[in-house]
Amino acid sequence: MIWIIGKREFVAMFQAPLAWVILAVIQFILGYMFLTNLDNFFLLQPQLMTLQNTPGVTDIVVAPLMQVAAIILLMVMPLLTMRSIAEEKRNRSLTLLVSAPLSMTEIVLGKFAGLMLFVLVLVSMLMLMPLSLYLGTTPDSGKLLSIYLGMLLLLGAFSAIGLYLSSLTENQTIAAVGSFGILLMLWIIDWLSESVTSGQSLLAYLSLLGHHESLLEGVFDSSDIAYYLLLIAAFLGLTIRQLDRERLL
Amino acid sequence: MTETLIQVENLSRYYQNHRAINQLSFTLKAGEVLGFLGPNGAGKSTTMQVISGNLAPSDGEVKIAGYDIIDTPREAKSQLGYLPEHPPLYRDASVDEYLGYCARLHRIPRTAIKAALSKVKAQCGLETNGARLIRNLSKGYQQRVGIAQAIIHDPPVVILDEPTVGLDPIQIREIRDLIRSLGSERSVILSTHMLSEVQATCDRVQIIRAGELIYNASTESLNHRHEISCRIALRKVVNIEELTALAGVEQAEALGDGRYRLVFGADVTPDALVANAVQQQWGLYELIPEQQSLEDLFIELTQHEADNAK
Repeated sequence: MIWIIGKREFVAMFQAPLAWVILAVIQFILGYMFLTNLDNFFLLQPQLMTLQNTPGVTDIVVAPLMQVAAIILLMVMPLLTMRSIAEEKRNRSLTLLVSAPLSMTEIVLGKFAGLMLFVLVLVSMLMLMPLSLYLGTTPDSGKLLSIYLGMLLLLGAFSAIGLYLSSLTENQTIAAVGSFGILLMLWIIDWLSESVTSGQSLLAYLSLLGHHESLLEGVFDSSDIAYYLLLIAAFLGLTIRQLDRERLL
Repeated sequence: MTETLIQVENLSRYYQNHRAINQLSFTLKAGEVLGFLGPNGAGKSTTMQVISGNLAPSDGEVKIAGYDIIDTPREAKSQLGYLPEHPPLYRDASVDEYLGYCARLHRIPRTAIKAALSKVKAQCGLETNGARLIRNLSKGYQQRVGIAQAIIHDPPVVILDEPTVGLDPIQIREIRDLIRSLGSERSVILSTHMLSEVQATCDRVQIIRAGELIYNASTESLNHRHEISCRIALRKVVNIEELTALAGVEQAEALGDGRYRLVFGADVTPDALVANAVQQQWGLYELIPEQQSLEDLFIELTQHEADNAK
């Protein structure tokens, strides 16, 4: 059931032009970034050869690329997630799912599965660029895998937050602005921590991108994975609760 | 055929402090078409939403084919097809895509979907529209897609909330025929504020006002219960006394220009009038029954309540 809703959501995304435009624009911009990074690498290469324990091509080209990708997607994901429930509320088509023999959990997980399918396509397309490095050199496969996983988890968290905001309102713009606000806040939340000593570790722990960085460096820390999984579970739980609550109002 | 498919008991529903439904109880038996009638804002749609599980009841219980909508929602909902006031359509999908999705949501096995789809499209007159996008369909056809969505999984109970609103007269007639054909194999609840619709399609009528059930009877008994009135036109001028003296006539009223309005008692046919008219050469050239009994009853009941409220 979750799969059926997910597939329908995925198809519906591509029935509107927005998904295509987002994929194209992101691919273009990041392709350009990839070329610049690669150019930098060629400039740095002579110096790198003289050093010991030098960062490899994965660290210099791929990790910064994905860091930029994360920030761009932080702004773009709200545009994708805003419609998922808000639009159905406005068109009053949510009734179709609610009247069908499905639980609220299945509906929300189905919506999330649809978004994750899109994320999978998006990240896989982005990963084609680092994979092209195999043509000329040998990037660190372990690191690439860790980066891939990191992107999926990060975008999964973006999607779950966006889904929750979308369930709060009928208005897509409000959903987009709201989830953008939350994502931005979770990004900058640890900027304060350098001057404030108490609670520093808590704020640093809450930061969305902080956990992403270690994955980009190829450090597979289970606490980072747990952070993302907990975040996703929490916001999906909130979404289910919100939709259940609306039946009581 | 006497199986109870919907059982509503002491159902109440509040929106904050506003009471939309108050202690509503009724049942729907298998093979029955029930008309749910009431002025706007009487609580019809709220009742439909509660029965279909889209709103939680504040108090009381709803059972569909024996399954409680709160305790066992999945089983209850699988017995139910629901067309809300605004059909829940995906405007960017084609009719086939949309109905196929609905079929899968209702757990119709993959191999049976195609057959279910062509059956439901034939029932709703959508055979030629399968590939069209829903947003390009006219309102009447969108409404048909909405009905198709409600019956695709062959549910024993179908709930239709104002299915003919905003349609042209020909479409209304077609939808009514469709509803009547549904009623032959399923139980249907039809919510409407159009009286003629209930008279045309329903076996039983319930009138609801301000969230309370104020009338419940079969449509047939309704037509008999009330006195019948006729308008007649005569070429010859006749005294009112002569008309009131006729057997079965309870009241007569001159409308001028040789026209009269006669009220007959319950279950009386205007035999005496016609016999007299022929005998005494009144020149009877018009005899029009005024079949507005349901309308009268509706206004009478709802007005009465409104007066009480003042």
